[in-house]
Amino acid sequence: MSTAGAAAPSTRLWKRFGRPAQQWGVLLACLLGWQLVTTPVQSVFFPTPLEIGARMWSNWFSGPASRMFLTEAVFTDILPSMSRLLLGWLIAAVVGVTAGLLLGRSGTAMAYCGALFSFARSIPPPALVPVFLVLFGIGFRMQVATIVFGVVWPVLLNSADGARAVDVTKTETARAFRIPRGQWIGSVVLPAALPKVFAGLRISLALALIMMVISELVGSTNGIGHAMQLAQFRFEYTQLWAGVVLLGVLGYALNAALTAVEKRVLRALPQ
Amino acid sequence: MGTMLDVTGLGHTYDGRQAHTAMSDLTFTVASGELTCIVGPSGCGKSTLLRCIARLVEPSRGQVHLHGDLVREVPEDLAVVFQDYSRSLFPWMSVRGNIEFPLRSRGLSKAERRERATETLGWVGLADAAAKYPWQLSGGMQQRVAIARALACRPALLLMDEPFASVDAQTRFDLEDLLLRVRKEQDTTVLLVTHDIDESVYLGDRVLVLSQAPAEIVADLPVELGDDRDQITTRESETFVHLRGEIARLLRDTPIPDSTSSQAAHRG
Amino acid sequence: MRGSIRPLLGVAGFLAVCEIVGRSGSAPQGYLPPPSVVLVELARLLGERTFLLDVIATVLSWLIALAIAAAIAVPAGLLLGSVPFLRNAVGAVVEFLRPIPSVALIPLVVVIAGGGPGTKIFLAVYAAVWPLLFNTIYALGEIDDQLLDSARAFNISRPELLLRVTLPGVAPFVLTGLRLSASTALIVLISTEMLVPASGGIGHFIYLAGSGAGRMDQVLAGTLVAGLLGYAINAGMAGMQRRWVTWAPAGGTT
Repeated sequence: MSTAGAAAPSTRLWKRFGRPAQQWGVLLACLLGWQLVTTPVQSVFFPTPLEIGARMWSNWFSGPASRMFLTEAVFTDILPSMSRLLLGWLIAAVVGVTAGLLLGRSGTAMAYCGALFSFARSIPPPALVPVFLVLFGIGFRMQVATIVFGVVWPVLLNSADGARAVDVTKTETARAFRIPRGQWIGSVVLPAALPKVFAGLRISLALALIMMVISELVGSTNGIGHAMQLAQFRFEYTQLWAGVVLLGVLGYALNAALTAVEKRVLRALPQ
Repeated sequence: MGTMLDVTGLGHTYDGRQAHTAMSDLTFTVASGELTCIVGPSGCGKSTLLRCIARLVEPSRGQVHLHGDLVREVPEDLAVVFQDYSRSLFPWMSVRGNIEFPLRSRGLSKAERRERATETLGWVGLADAAAKYPWQLSGGMQQRVAIARALACRPALLLMDEPFASVDAQTRFDLEDLLLRVRKEQDTTVLLVTHDIDESVYLGDRVLVLSQAPAEIVADLPVELGDDRDQITTRESETFVHLRGEIARLLRDTPIPDSTSSQAAHRG
Repeated sequence: MRGSIRPLLGVAGFLAVCEIVGRSGSAPQGYLPPPSVVLVELARLLGERTFLLDVIATVLSWLIALAIAAAIAVPAGLLLGSVPFLRNAVGAVVEFLRPIPSVALIPLVVVIAGGGPGTKIFLAVYAAVWPLLFNTIYALGEIDDQLLDSARAFNISRPELLLRVTLPGVAPFVLTGLRLSASTALIVLISTEMLVPASGGIGHFIYLAGSGAGRMDQVLAGTLVAGLLGYAINAGMAGMQRRWVTWAPAGGTT
């Protein structure tokens, strides 16, 4: 809501610079407060933000210039984690969207499988980690399987929901013009379902991060989660905090990237 | 008959990317017990006018007096019926709940509220629908609930913003007759805004004709149709036909002041 | 009739396929036990006191966590959503805290607070707060202006406005947020139980059955129970939403 009396240009300026400045200001103030509280306390459990920042720097960005200053740990922790996360999420996205759109347009298939899928979605995915562990052993395949199984359901069910919501007039128009099924799904159903599809993808992305961490905490020889587990066993609290902050930053960046894509795509499609 | 509403020099300008003056300087009065219709082209600032009178919008200029008191905030004894019944009735309250809701803050006891609701539902012919929810009713019935809710407050002034614009033609006739009947029975003062010339003539004791935005009063016409009006015979009468022609001509011939700003007129 | 038979047929078909796969020997012995074995084991476990106590431990922690999360997030969301300055200022902090995957906090919270039930409840609360907070703030922006204008035109007092207009107005979104929170909280609870020794609960049962004994039938039986819990609460809340929030379809994303 714009405040009455504020002239147009100043509103735009506020949106462009004032609001972000205020938000960053609050964030900095919080960090400063944290620093001021933790510095005198000197608790091993609660390191100061500066210590955490320094640890993150020495962990990941103090490498040789030949490797763009990235340390060895970037290649053993962050890269494996991210590749598993993205691969698992992408597989789940492709499978989930395709299956969801097809199921959503087929009343019969949904009648048979809907309850089954809703149940599958209700299973807390970490519970299946032991099963994937014996099936695939510790390592890449088990982690990707865990992520895919954990995150495919929200995408699938949301896509089906979106596909079902295509209005009857559009369906009948397409049938009257004898539009082939493939073309119809791609050019009518998908665009109509996109807002829901993106909602599912967003939930899945957050879940994928959770599943990545879980699978690494349980069974992995590398990755961010594994590094955090080692830190836990060695009582390196600053290292643990650094891991938490790193995961937060990654989660924020991934979500921001997805939001940017979503905005682009939805704007290109007049609803 | 005393003066119920006294509007002097009322004007409003919306700030924003393009400042838009919805009305510049309106002055008129409404007498007690009178049903005044304000008719004007779409987007001329009629809704803004009602909102300023009800103080839902703070007017940029001018003053409003209700039974002699200067209006500074939403007046206690005022009620509004909006065009969009589906957005003004509270969907989570039953019909009775919707009608009783404003009465609570007016200090009525539970028994009194219940009695009022039953009574006003009787006026609008919905005695049987008290326990239903708005979404279980047709559009016309929902708007009758909105009217009943307004009347239950026993308002000194009832403001109606295009109240019958969202219902079908037959329902519209029924609701118009209902309004005429109820306001005669209850002796309510009504200020009704519409873009429909026929409706303004059929309902009003008096019609104020507004120009394009910024709205100005171009005519103040008494309607000599008497108290007993009928959807068929009244609309055929010479007075009716003559008056509607006169208003139509006024609306057609008023110069359009600044065409760009009137096109971008802010409605609502 | 047809409506309830087809889902059952679907489930039966799925179980039949699992049975065939489980008996075919394509997975090493005992790795993928067929449903017949799992269901028998489940029936046996349901008669066992320790298993039932594990289930109760998880459900109780879950309910407590959701109640605490709702008590924090809904009032906070109403406050943040209705004061533009707060909404903007706190927004950035929330934006940075929300994406931290709650399970990443498990090692940290465990070393700081130990492995008791308080730890897993704390983690579940952390995970459950965000969807609720977000949906409440979002919902405040979605209340129809005309509805608020109607209330204002009738001079409704502020407390009454909050109680009878704002709260019912945000209810559909809050309930949707609660469903999202419930499933996330369950995930975090089970994860914590699996990762933290001696924390009890179904997660711990599954972990022991899987890592120590290699009893995949028990793992799957435990998973089935966890899934049923999740399904039941989701169905229950959806039912609640349909029954009490009759005026609006589910708000926000499910």
